[in-house]
Amino acid sequence: MAFDSFADFFAMGGYGFYVWLSYGLTFLALGILIVNSITKKNKILKNVEQRLAREQRIKKAKDMEGTL
Amino acid sequence: MFNVFFQVVNKELKGAFRSQSDILNPVWFFIIVVTLFPLGIGTDPALLARIAPGVIWVAALLAALLSFERLFKDDFIDGSLEQLMLMPHSLAWLVSAKVFAHWLLTGLPILFVSPLLAIFLAMDINTYSALFLTLLIGTPILSLLGAIGVALTVGLRKGGILLSLIMLPLSIPILIFSTLAIDAAAYGQSYLGLLALLGAMLVGAITLAPFAIAASLRVSVS
Amino acid sequence: MWKWLHPYAKPEKSYQLAGKLLPWFVVATVITFVVGLVWGLLFAPADYQQGDSFRIIYIHVPAAMMAMAAYSTMAIAAFIALVWQIRLAEMNIAAIAPVGAVFTFIALVTGAAWGKPMWGAWWVWDARLTSELILLFVYLGIIALYNAFSDKVLAGRAASILTLVGVINLPIIHYSVVWWNTLHQGATLMKFDKPSMAPEMLWPLIIMIIGFATFLGALSLLRFRNEILARESHRPWVSALVTEKLEGGK
Repeated sequence: MAFDSFADFFAMGGYGFYVWLSYGLTFLALGILIVNSITKKNKILKNVEQRLAREQRIKKAKDMEGTL
Repeated sequence: MFNVFFQVVNKELKGAFRSQSDILNPVWFFIIVVTLFPLGIGTDPALLARIAPGVIWVAALLAALLSFERLFKDDFIDGSLEQLMLMPHSLAWLVSAKVFAHWLLTGLPILFVSPLLAIFLAMDINTYSALFLTLLIGTPILSLLGAIGVALTVGLRKGGILLSLIMLPLSIPILIFSTLAIDAAAYGQSYLGLLALLGAMLVGAITLAPFAIAASLRVSVS
Repeated sequence: MWKWLHPYAKPEKSYQLAGKLLPWFVVATVITFVVGLVWGLLFAPADYQQGDSFRIIYIHVPAAMMAMAAYSTMAIAAFIALVWQIRLAEMNIAAIAPVGAVFTFIALVTGAAWGKPMWGAWWVWDARLTSELILLFVYLGIIALYNAFSDKVLAGRAASILTLVGVINLPIIHYSVVWWNTLHQGATLMKFDKPSMAPEMLWPLIIMIIGFATFLGALSLLRFRNEILARESHRPWVSALVTEKLEGGK
């Protein structure tokens, strides 16, 4: 262990601000990237889902036309 | 083969002289941008001479950007770009003719007005000759690099701003080497080595860029 | 070998393969990040010159290295895409570019946060930082160009051309910036031309480099799958995938 206490660890030998700033921004950026990538996939799947539902509705409506 | 080259150049020049403002506007822009700097920074001749190479080169870059729009845009709209692609000659060769014509219309006028700007910015004759040489070698590279960017963006509706985003980072080496050469001249050092590097970049651009331009045009016109 | 490889030129197969590989990369990333960060932040000794501020190295250097690696991968993919007309390679470019851009951004930000205590300024026109900044511009240009095309097939081809133009230009940019820097600044303020690192400092760094590499792999796979889905969204296999998922959810 390079640090004696928790407070020591956070202080980073006086460089705490810079160290935690860079670690914080890094994980923020990586987190945004991950969230963006995952939501993008859900969005694409949702679009396909909506299209399929629409196609089914259209098909249904056409079938109804035949019966009426 | 050379016949076609000159025919294309000839056609481009004729078309450009019909609408002269297309040639004059970028040059005006160039002069105005350079004029803004003494107004914004102050008129101390030593300071002006110090910043002159950077100012002139950045202004030349921006002026070149403005002029690129017309390189392929009109031809793209009226369909003559497709005709060009159907010609029984290599597209890379034909576009190099177009780029050459474009340089004659935009790069050369900048060279012609550069003495005026050298006077504005208090450059001495030795520095000016370095500026002239770097412009002479550097502006064709700009035209070739910019042509790649235009060819990629010509089919897009908002291609103009995208063109600058693509092209400006790629033109940084030209800016750096040119201003280094002019700085060296200002301090009375030899700048031949830097000119040779610029020349090497020009040769590289002449050999490689036409193929990139042709490939990009094929993407845009399809 | 080609017989084995050929089915993966089909988007559906690649989608499944990427899905199979993804968990491994995620697990590897989590393990290396935890081990590397705990070791680097808690157990590695403080640098005798820079104190604890050197611990930024465990994200700065890996991010910078992988930003370069991402671009090289894109360049190879662009070459494959243009020579053999393989659409999946184009999708690869679109998938990697945002990850590379984020890594470049991280390298810049951590470089600045490290520079402040070491050089006394947030930003120094140091050759490495400057060329990293230009790399970020190039990445953003490629992403902007890709997004500007509504036809993603054309977008992929345009992006691969620009990637190749960039890869010829990047070494020139790098050396011009190095030269510009040395001529303008004389001896730089670089304190850490580190001759050799102590092994107890170096090991966490190597682990973090591997961690960033697997992170790059995982995110690229994830986004690669997105690209395939987006482009193939009208194909029956995607519809089947969605209905399957819907029924599974019920």
